[in-house]
Amino acid sequence: MKTRYLVAMVPALLLPVSALAHNTWLQPSKTVLSTGQWVTFDGGASTQPFVKDHAPLRLDALVITAPDGTPVHAQNVTVGKLRSSFDLELDQEGTYKIAVVMQGMMATWEEDEQRKRWPGRGEIFTPEGFAKAVPTDAQNLRVSEMIRRLETYVTAGQPNDAALKPSGKGLELIPVTAFNDLYSDEPATFQLLLDGKPAADLTVEIIADGIRYRDAVDPIELKTDADGRFTVTWPRPGLYWVNASLQDEHATAPATARSTSYTGVFEVLSP
Amino acid sequence: MRYLSMSVLLSCVLATGSVTAQQIEIGVQIPQLDAAEYHRPYVAAWVEDGERDVVANLLVWYQQERKGAPANADRGTKWLPDLRQWWRRSGRGLTMPIDGVSSATRAVGEYQVSFMPGKGAMPALAAGEYTLRVEAAREEGGRELLEIPFAWPPAVATTLTVTGNSELGTFSLTVKP
Repeated sequence: MKTRYLVAMVPALLLPVSALAHNTWLQPSKTVLSTGQWVTFDGGASTQPFVKDHAPLRLDALVITAPDGTPVHAQNVTVGKLRSSFDLELDQEGTYKIAVVMQGMMATWEEDEQRKRWPGRGEIFTPEGFAKAVPTDAQNLRVSEMIRRLETYVTAGQPNDAALKPSGKGLELIPVTAFNDLYSDEPATFQLLLDGKPAADLTVEIIADGIRYRDAVDPIELKTDADGRFTVTWPRPGLYWVNASLQDEHATAPATARSTSYTGVFEVLSP
Repeated sequence: MRYLSMSVLLSCVLATGSVTAQQIEIGVQIPQLDAAEYHRPYVAAWVEDGERDVVANLLVWYQQERKGAPANADRGTKWLPDLRQWWRRSGRGLTMPIDGVSSATRAVGEYQVSFMPGKGAMPALAAGEYTLRVEAAREEGGRELLEIPFAWPPAVATTLTVTGNSELGTFSLTVKP
């Protein structure tokens, strides 16, 4: 028993941190359509965006916003081994936002030389729960807040931006170039916001679909300007995974540290 | 043939009339293709100004509503976004069908269609530089986009021609002062 335990443990311990931090993605079947059509989405978490080889995307926090700003329900929701999926009928003209927003708080501390964390898996952070679970004299207490946003967008007919209004919490992206008006021969400009204000000088990583069929991931790295804007020249048509993240101290009490990220998936068409 | 004879007739009337009327005539050739499963292409032709804004939709050929089709059958408008450029520049903002512009898909052949700016579905054109574009997309096939830049109004009657490589054959524009 002991040896088997060791064999199982060692590879996990040797995994680099990056391999443990899986990237989440959404993969729309199409993003530019006429009104009345259906779109299907796959979602997953894996080291490489769009490669279905690890875990399905959790859809508990899936929120779809219609072009008039009202919420719509996903249909035919299924959770598989390697990906989850759902369908959406585009019965309104305009741009839909499909978002999975993970928000939470986590406390870690030490007790009798053991590392403790709260809430555990499946538990939800509440101020009352926090007061009960975490000792007031907890050693090396660290409470952190997390806001992770994963979004993609599809448009029936003419694009609009009523569904794209930022919430003002964490990292968000707003269009300068419309999200579903992207072509491989035209640079596109977007604006990153942090708590509703331009997120200046932030690194943005962009990865094209089809990683399995090339030798390197070949990420494009860009920096936002003073206005939080960045301009992408798409190397070719296809799906793109766009990601930015940061850590700061602008957390909601009792948290003292915060990590926030934005991930967007965009379809680029050939001209 | 119907279109050809109509345009010939129209030209005769114009030639004999004392008032000259400006005219645009386009020729679209849908080529014979060696395909195991052939579907008639969707075709759109339109005029853009120097800012790439569409100033006139000339024609949109797409699958019309079929009588007696089951309620869950795909409608012809489903595939209009496959005319990618046209969809982006104009189609996505339109309600189909468009009177005097949209009609059913066409079989292999050559089609001549005439327009008089300011008459019928064709708006008047201000003097300037324009681009005529034609785009074709076919189910189980490819997609092709051709363009012919032209100046309006023309000093003399002029015919300009380009030839497609796949979904379109000869595409011509005749402008008459």
